[in-house]
Amino acid sequence: MMGGLNTLTIAAAREGLRVGEFTSVELTRTCLEQIEGAAALNAFVHNTPELALEQAAAADARIGAADAPAMCGIPLGIKDLFCTKGVPSQAASRILQGFRPEYESTVTQNLFDAGAVMLGKLNMDEFAMGSSNETSAYGNVISPWRRGNDTAELTPGGSSGGSASAVAADLCLAATGTDTGGSIRQPAAFVGITGLKPTYGRCSRWGIIAFASSLDQAGPMTKSVRDAAIMLGAMAGHDAKDSTSADLAVPDFEAALTGDIRGKKIGIPREYRMDGMPVEIETLWQQGVEMLRDAGAEIVDISLPHTKYALPAYYVIAPAEASSNLARYDGVRYGHRARLAQGDGITEMYEKTRAEGFGAEVQRRVMIGTYVLSAGFYDAYYNRARRVRALIKRDFEQVFDAGIDAILTPATPSAAFGLGEMIDADPVQMYLNDVFTVTVNLAGLPGIAVPTGVDAQGLPLGLQLIGRPWDEGELLNHAYVLERAAGFVSKPAKWW
Amino acid sequence: MSIDTKTAAHVAKLARIRVEEDALPVLAQEFNTILGFIEQLNEVDVEGIEPMTSVTPMRLKRRDDVVTDGDQQAAVLSNAPDAREGFFAVPKVVE
Repeated sequence: MMGGLNTLTIAAAREGLRVGEFTSVELTRTCLEQIEGAAALNAFVHNTPELALEQAAAADARIGAADAPAMCGIPLGIKDLFCTKGVPSQAASRILQGFRPEYESTVTQNLFDAGAVMLGKLNMDEFAMGSSNETSAYGNVISPWRRGNDTAELTPGGSSGGSASAVAADLCLAATGTDTGGSIRQPAAFVGITGLKPTYGRCSRWGIIAFASSLDQAGPMTKSVRDAAIMLGAMAGHDAKDSTSADLAVPDFEAALTGDIRGKKIGIPREYRMDGMPVEIETLWQQGVEMLRDAGAEIVDISLPHTKYALPAYYVIAPAEASSNLARYDGVRYGHRARLAQGDGITEMYEKTRAEGFGAEVQRRVMIGTYVLSAGFYDAYYNRARRVRALIKRDFEQVFDAGIDAILTPATPSAAFGLGEMIDADPVQMYLNDVFTVTVNLAGLPGIAVPTGVDAQGLPLGLQLIGRPWDEGELLNHAYVLERAAGFVSKPAKWW
Repeated sequence: MSIDTKTAAHVAKLARIRVEEDALPVLAQEFNTILGFIEQLNEVDVEGIEPMTSVTPMRLKRRDDVVTDGDQQAAVLSNAPDAREGFFAVPKVVE
């Protein structure tokens, strides 16, 4: 074997575990050692080695008894947004400092029921608000990638930046992420891994710290498309505790990976060809088109006319929902409470606690959300944005009704940028990172980022495929074809 | 639409976030940048379009109106910054 056990895919590890080539305890120990040695990446922020080894030993027993689901014994990193019982879960925010949930999120419970092993909690942007992992109370996550010999630190993207960095650096076999506007797909593209946002409602949101409830969805971040199919199967499923979780059977996503997309219709949306798009992204997109055409798919030019309005609509709807969801952080029930001055009443407690506990970007979004929901502006902003959202969804419905099977777009408008490079930019510049991904959240569709190339400096670039609702199997199969055709094998050179 | 420092202070108050006086001009400026971006939505013809309430058309499930959980006082209070005698404790609310 070239790398250590930590470099394996889920599929390869599953095979190795089943034939007894190694145990989950051995696999888990290898990952824990890698995590120990990778503090410079700042990806793992709460390590749970004791829990991991306990879960690994239990997984080995199940494998020995031939009672092993696909994820059994697979060591994972878990984004800090997931509540994990007895383990710090603070959404990378100061306001949840010290919070140890008394309950387990449904997605992590599903993974544990399938035998998965949790190595620890992963860094992220505070409350999942960010595209560069620079808003975390734990500090920046560093990408394992560098521009050639340049030692400048690069962003792994965000908000699931810790997940992206950890999977790309082989600290774990895969990780959970969440995606509200692109937070799985953009970081996956930045670090050269696969990131899948399922259909809204496929994975339960219960126990995942809420950002924008009508957009949030958990998904897998993995080293291959097959791994994404395997892991989604374990994460998904109906949950009575989330009223928006779909009461649908979870299909065998892995079985959908036939590699045959002959006769499928792939839509290329002309509105995604943005002014000022780097030539490299344009070229990558064209290469993706050729790959799918060579695989026997039919390429169709399509129009999604309201694309341009997706980001502005998102920056009304997401902050509005966030301002409501984050109202619960008031210093009463959990987390941080500000030290009060003599005579301070409960209002001062709320205001000081929230000023100290929330970082600048979170404060900004909560206040924007408050503004667009306030009396006199609700119709002009919030209701208008929800109407535009209905139009964005209708755009997609019309192309799918016309027989399109999947849509191919770039995943990001550029390769990863340097940490601190956007510091002087206005907030809107950072928001533009999600220009290709955010439509998918607004329409509730499944979307996947697949690494398909590198830029002139050797940094990964990804393409995005968008599928029909509830048809992640078909989407994954298209991604599988793209993955095989692209043959992306680059890995970051180890410097940490 | 332009937000001045007075409006910014009012929004901060509504959001229950303390913002110091000298931070208000920068905050107002950021609001204006973001709202300027959002203004694009005014170009869209939304006549006759209903605001989306649920991205997947669905009827919310109902369940029997029965107690499903409870007797977890210690668990509920375990993360409180200040819990006393089985209650969350806060500064005086009413004078």
